[in-house]
Amino acid sequence: MDALDIFASAGLWAAVLRIATPLIFGTLGALICERAGVLNLGIEGIMTFGAMIGWMTVYQGGDLWLGLLAAALGGAAFGLLHALLTVTLGLSQHVTGLGITLFASSLTYFIFRLSVPVSGTPPTIVPFQVIHIPVLSDLPFLGEAVFAQTAPTYLAVALAIVIAWGLARTPLGLAVRIVGENPHAAEAQGIDPIRLRIGAVVFGSALMGMGGAFLTLAAFNSFFPTMVQGRGWVCIALVVFASWRPERALLGALLFALFDAYQLRLQHIVGKAVPYQLFLMIPYLMSIVALLVMARRARVPQALMQPFRRGER
Amino acid sequence: MRLERRANIPLSLAIAAPIGAVIAALLLAGILIAIAGAPVLEAYQRMLIGAFGSRLSITETLTRTTPLILTGLAAAVAFRARLWNIGAEGQFYVGALAAAALGSEHGLHLPSYALIPALMVAGAVAGAILLLVPLALRLRFGVDEVVTTLLLNFVAVLFVSMMIEGVLKDPLAFGWPQSVPIVGDASLPKLIARSRLHIGLLIAVGLALLIWLIQSRTLFGLESRAAGLNPSAARFAGVSLTGVLVKVACLSGGLAGLAGAIEVMGVKGYVTTDLSPGFGYTGIVVAMLAGLHPLGVVVAALFVATMFVGADGMSRALGVPSFIADVIVSLSLLTMLVGLFLTSYRIRR
Repeated sequence: MDALDIFASAGLWAAVLRIATPLIFGTLGALICERAGVLNLGIEGIMTFGAMIGWMTVYQGGDLWLGLLAAALGGAAFGLLHALLTVTLGLSQHVTGLGITLFASSLTYFIFRLSVPVSGTPPTIVPFQVIHIPVLSDLPFLGEAVFAQTAPTYLAVALAIVIAWGLARTPLGLAVRIVGENPHAAEAQGIDPIRLRIGAVVFGSALMGMGGAFLTLAAFNSFFPTMVQGRGWVCIALVVFASWRPERALLGALLFALFDAYQLRLQHIVGKAVPYQLFLMIPYLMSIVALLVMARRARVPQALMQPFRRGER
Repeated sequence: MRLERRANIPLSLAIAAPIGAVIAALLLAGILIAIAGAPVLEAYQRMLIGAFGSRLSITETLTRTTPLILTGLAAAVAFRARLWNIGAEGQFYVGALAAAALGSEHGLHLPSYALIPALMVAGAVAGAILLLVPLALRLRFGVDEVVTTLLLNFVAVLFVSMMIEGVLKDPLAFGWPQSVPIVGDASLPKLIARSRLHIGLLIAVGLALLIWLIQSRTLFGLESRAAGLNPSAARFAGVSLTGVLVKVACLSGGLAGLAGAIEVMGVKGYVTTDLSPGFGYTGIVVAMLAGLHPLGVVVAALFVATMFVGADGMSRALGVPSFIADVIVSLSLLTMLVGLFLTSYRIRR
């Protein structure tokens, strides 16, 4: 197989959607927080916690959807903590977010080690199975590439569309955007910036948790520490790349996943001639390049990282 | 009754904040210990014994403190100037790699008194370069350094992995990916015989003192503080922000790189990809607990090392996962932030 033939295989495009799914969830979650004016660097830890708690729920006998729900609730809980510290108390969003990541990850490892004894092979669950969409999945090429995915992938794409529409077209979306641009103007409009920001961070963090759970409930079938592997940070970079717009976040995540899926297949063709670590670096370097290209052009929410205090300018 | 921001925080409160934060974190983590089915007080008692109960455990705790002082200082000097260096983990690894590469038998051939300083400088330079890249991206293209330094951590570890499975691979390591060992002349003298404790501890404490002097007595110290407190006012006062940030980045990245070099030269003798159990990230907690004060960093690093070394012993005795140390340390960062908030306001009636 040639390096360009890879693009002609439906398997590549199916992998793109699969790899993109946690990134879509995570990027949408981070984007909602930031559109309301709050940077959430807790994402890496929240995704780790979501991956563990989702898996644990199913491992203990719960349904797969219950696992996804548990991950969302766990994410929401950490989001609430982040919001209380950064929105209510107005603490540094950078340091608090990192603190949330460290706390969520260490709590994850603690709970996992407490509930699952050390063993050579990690215990497994039966993950989400591929759903073939009737008629559409029979289409040549496209059917296999797009319409044979697991349920959370379809959910992620649907969520991106709903959130894009919701932010742009609904009163709630407008309120979130105003709070992220100018919370004082929002308050003058009768919107409570603090409550809205807390709500946005909680909801966004729930999505992050679900993104993490996709890793253990659909992409793999077991949990192991450090499995999130910086995906959270990649999501933070993708938000900038997407210029804080959900529809572009979807495209960004897919583009990013394309690089990832491609490098995985390229590794097989190139073999040992090039160290595999160089390929593994690509996602992180791509994120930096994405930031570089978009940093000056992106439309940053004007009140991002500015705590809102009533009566203070 | 209303809250009012304090103009300056009295020393007593500045010291009370981290102590209160640590107590709060220990209380909260106590809930988890109880859930794990262990007696909470006994667990903490065993952690203290684990960290200080014998000659061996004391030297182990101090050995663990050394890199934490350096990564803590790396975070403290950067955060003071509002340079968000979250990349100390990556800088640690490239520093370690530089020392290991130049300290092996294929590296520099120097007598010990010249080789050791040379390797330390090499580690510091490697760490500094890894931070200058994201700083350049911030200054030139306006890219937030938080995300770039975080992403570079992964790149750095992969680079180390590539090197130790490639040109620097130790052929005698039974296939384990680790670098060729450093030569005997490159290893740091021991501070106490029959222990792992090396002179790196003295270097780290000495650097903390030096940085304290620099920050309180020199123009650079004043400028870096001004750059953090109010960048536009600093610029108006004639401070070159670019110049200050470049110096701060060299210092911060250099300290993290030095931590890696010292860990290789003092403890391991070679590099693996699990050389650091998160020293870079934990350094952030150390710096925050210290209120970004260089001397506070030494105390905070000792506390964090106590938790990690103590938890290992406690875990063996009581079966509570040793990850409880990570929980306590990360919780104390969050409680410290709340503590800083509480001490920066006063209640007016």
